[in-house]
Amino acid sequence: MADTVDNAIADPEATQPFAELGLKPDEYQRIRDILGRRPTSSELAMYSVMWSEHCSYKSSKVHLRQFGEKAPKTDALLVGIGENAGVVDIGDGWAVTFKVESHNHPSYVEPYQGAATGVGGIVRDIMSMGARPIAVMDPLRFGPLDAADTKRVLPGIVAGIGGYGNCLGLPNIGGEVVFDPSYAGNPLVNALCVGAMRHEDIHLASAKGVGNLVILYGARTGGDGIGGVSVLASETFSDGGPTKRPSVQVGDPFMEKLLIEATLDVLGAGLVEGIQDLGGAGISCATSELASNGDGGMHVWLDRVLLRDRSLSPEEILMSESQERMCAVVTPAKLEEFLAKCAKWDVEAVVIGEVNDSGRLTVDWHGERIVDVPPRSVAHDGPVYQRPLHRPSWQDALQADTPDDLLRPVDGEQLRATALNLIGAPNLASKAWITDQYDRYVQGNTILAQPEDAGMVRVDEQTGLGVAVSCDCNGRFAKLDPYTGAQLALAESYRNVSASGAIPLAVTNCLNFGSPEDPEVMWQFAEAVRGLADGCLELGIPVTGGNVSFYNQTGTTAILPTPVVGVLAVIDDVDRRTPISWGPDGELIYLLGDTRDEFAGSEWAHHVHGHLGGMPPRVDLARERLLSEIMIAGSRDGMLTAAHDISDGGLMITLSEMAMHSGIGARCWLPDDIDPFVQLFAESAGRAVVVVPRSEELRFTEMCAARGLPAHRIGVVDSELGADAGYPGQQVLQISDLFTVTIDELRAAHTATLPAILNA
Amino acid sequence: MSPRIGVVTFPGTLDDGDAARAVRFAGGEPVALWHGDADLKSVDAVILPGGFSYGDYLRCGAISRFAPVMTPVITAAGAGMPVLGICNGFQILCESHLLPGALTRNQSMHFICRDQRLRIENTSTAWTNGFAHGQEIVIPLKNGEGNFNADTATLDELEAEGRVIARYVDVNPNGSQRDIAGITNARGNVVGLMPHPEHAIEDLTGPSLDGLVFFSSVLNALVGA
Amino acid sequence: MARVVVDVMLKPEILDPQGRAVQGALGRLGLTGVADVRQGKQFIITMDGDVAGERLEQLHALAAELLSNPVIENYVLRVEADA
Repeated sequence: MADTVDNAIADPEATQPFAELGLKPDEYQRIRDILGRRPTSSELAMYSVMWSEHCSYKSSKVHLRQFGEKAPKTDALLVGIGENAGVVDIGDGWAVTFKVESHNHPSYVEPYQGAATGVGGIVRDIMSMGARPIAVMDPLRFGPLDAADTKRVLPGIVAGIGGYGNCLGLPNIGGEVVFDPSYAGNPLVNALCVGAMRHEDIHLASAKGVGNLVILYGARTGGDGIGGVSVLASETFSDGGPTKRPSVQVGDPFMEKLLIEATLDVLGAGLVEGIQDLGGAGISCATSELASNGDGGMHVWLDRVLLRDRSLSPEEILMSESQERMCAVVTPAKLEEFLAKCAKWDVEAVVIGEVNDSGRLTVDWHGERIVDVPPRSVAHDGPVYQRPLHRPSWQDALQADTPDDLLRPVDGEQLRATALNLIGAPNLASKAWITDQYDRYVQGNTILAQPEDAGMVRVDEQTGLGVAVSCDCNGRFAKLDPYTGAQLALAESYRNVSASGAIPLAVTNCLNFGSPEDPEVMWQFAEAVRGLADGCLELGIPVTGGNVSFYNQTGTTAILPTPVVGVLAVIDDVDRRTPISWGPDGELIYLLGDTRDEFAGSEWAHHVHGHLGGMPPRVDLARERLLSEIMIAGSRDGMLTAAHDISDGGLMITLSEMAMHSGIGARCWLPDDIDPFVQLFAESAGRAVVVVPRSEELRFTEMCAARGLPAHRIGVVDSELGADAGYPGQQVLQISDLFTVTIDELRAAHTATLPAILNA
Repeated sequence: MSPRIGVVTFPGTLDDGDAARAVRFAGGEPVALWHGDADLKSVDAVILPGGFSYGDYLRCGAISRFAPVMTPVITAAGAGMPVLGICNGFQILCESHLLPGALTRNQSMHFICRDQRLRIENTSTAWTNGFAHGQEIVIPLKNGEGNFNADTATLDELEAEGRVIARYVDVNPNGSQRDIAGITNARGNVVGLMPHPEHAIEDLTGPSLDGLVFFSSVLNALVGA
Repeated sequence: MARVVVDVMLKPEILDPQGRAVQGALGRLGLTGVADVRQGKQFIITMDGDVAGERLEQLHALAAELLSNPVIENYVLRVEADA
């Protein structure tokens, strides 16, 4: 017997398990006030899921507002924050949409399925904007590489991303892999997707047009992830306590592939008025969002939903997070054709509702009314919290504990040893063990993929128009100073796409933090958002959307504040892109930017000394902007054959990566005025290494001088160096008067680390 | 009139668009063929492209093999039409018994995507006549079930008859017996290849242009026929 | 109603990396003396009425052609007649 609206009116004082569903007493009272009665159990289920932290962003909304308030004016933005994903104009009538999301907690519980369904979810988000998905990327964070639990979760997560993404035919073009003790027990699995469409194909998630039909299509609804969203992502894991085992979502990539084709088919034929994907909170979310974005009302016949499990109650159906489902709003005239296209792809579709002008979302179960709510109250007007926040008590001590007194390498031999040590450090080592499990070739438009600075895909095969994406974050910097750390993440991502030759256009973010109920974590969050919003304004690129993941902590130990920032950029002709490998002998290697003695939060301090303390490297966004413009101009006008940004590990790592990738050696020298250790390993921002053909050197250096960008010639590509350097027949990287290292040695150290642990 | 090369799309096929592009680059006219139609639309050759048809459910290619389009494909193959099965396509050809052996799970148990060096060992097939015997090429390989298996008698027969068309060099990425990357039928018109030539046709997007030769070979074979 | 159960296993001479991976895991979880592990599949087909004669032959043919790949797999089919 379903709990109907009539029941609720007749039996106002029935006790309801709102606390078990994650609602606080004041939230429960608010629902009663909105409805003027107690909610039915279905309504309670809807509110509990939609008002959970994961769905309603109740702790973060007040801060995220800044992305809108401080948004720089730009003509490129076609759809801003508030929709499923932002959409940017890239020229020639093309638009691109992109977004990054998290699936952290499910991936800890069930690594393969958690990661797989994370990919599925973000791909559907992109599709629901009317785009064809064209690429994916995955920033991943784990506990220490050699920890037992890392061995449990990492292979499963990677297999899940590959297993799902490869089956969809989406090239995986980049991402990050970071190891840090704070992520042990709380791995971060962020999934990014990029989609492309023509301007006229942009669709929004709104249900307009009284009389239009609401169609649920895709996989059947089962008991997947019931309570997953509100229960799982809104609570932390307790140390040693009984583990919560809610049903985890299970993905079927084949069904998603069919869903992609069917969706593109119906979109292409102009059969859809509005479209929404079903993610967290399933049908509750899709219907309430479609209704509240549209004319104001919707009626749903819940018993028409095709079920995999006939024993599900209406509450469970509303909360189910079964994967691979979408919702479309279709005019009655186009219904038949819509259904025919779904049938062609063997995708089940059923009309479950109708748009009206009632201003209410009503749901019937076998003729009885079980839901009657104002849709905005569910989807948009959820609680908004002003969580208390204060600067952590340990912040001052942490910032005062600088790395200045750590023992530094002093001579050439020690510097050489440091170089080989760092290139094999887990955070800097080759991630091929992971990325070789992803298809980077499918669709035939991948121009750049890992380990390049940014992933780049061609959008228009006739003109060569393309986009580049990078996502970055250094959580250690963010812990030292969240405001600066967020800006450094933005700067790095901005720098990376610029290094590939593409013009930055828009920003997405995945903000991974500990518990919002901890005022110190909340302060970190607020600072990071403020930093990111301020940074975007200064760089002139808006945040188009993103995701917040709270409660990433075990007990009282939160993860490093990890605001992952993704930047999308456009390039007129992918033929002009600048890869990281340098070219033939004689090409000149230039260091752009200023290097300072900045080691706080560096990979050197972390890997060699286990130290984290001090202030992160200085941020200078005006300098980042200048560097970006120079690299883009250099790429576009043929002055550069290669470019690579300097970040983790410093200049030595940048040079080593360029050498290993090209397989050709180089002779380098360092400017006299800075200590070699600082020059080679400091992590000052606003720098890059570029490679200039001799014929372009004058033009390039004059451009840098005119614009005020420091540019120092620090090397020349040289494949014949080996013999003179004592390594006959080998390719070497020589740092003059200090040390020489062979590319084989670098490669051996670089490629051994992950397989040694993961294949053991 | 350029030769018409059919490219079949099954539910879950992924590299059909890329195969069609490769045919175009080589100078042919790609023709889309739907799994549900037993109609080859008068094409001169057929490509079964890569992907995860039917999600690789049951076994890779096991369900696709019974698709309506496969009936005329099998008949045409028997009559000498050139048929190329790439990756999942190779799996479908083996399940259909147009080629011997079977493809099983990679020995490492991982999906692997890498630029793979191959040696071409049979240049008389419709799809490999453009290579020099023993030529080494580099084309992308990407699969989780690329481990070629057959009983000893079959393997010996393939070797004896020179029906191994390509072999892995430097690295055997999936444990395939005798390092076999591709084989042909006795007649030389049906070829199965695990790596993906359609991803090596453009400097911008692939490791070499070596893949294009598979497609220009069949155009040669058809024009010459 | 009848239940037809088809067990499909890789032929003994075929390498079974999944079985090997499971064997390793069993060892790591403390089970000693595991000589071998092979992994297979089981299909449970519920049929109306009973299964005999031509229908049984048809099932065998499908077991040999679809449910298993005779190049690398063997199958065993049994019928469990139901009340």
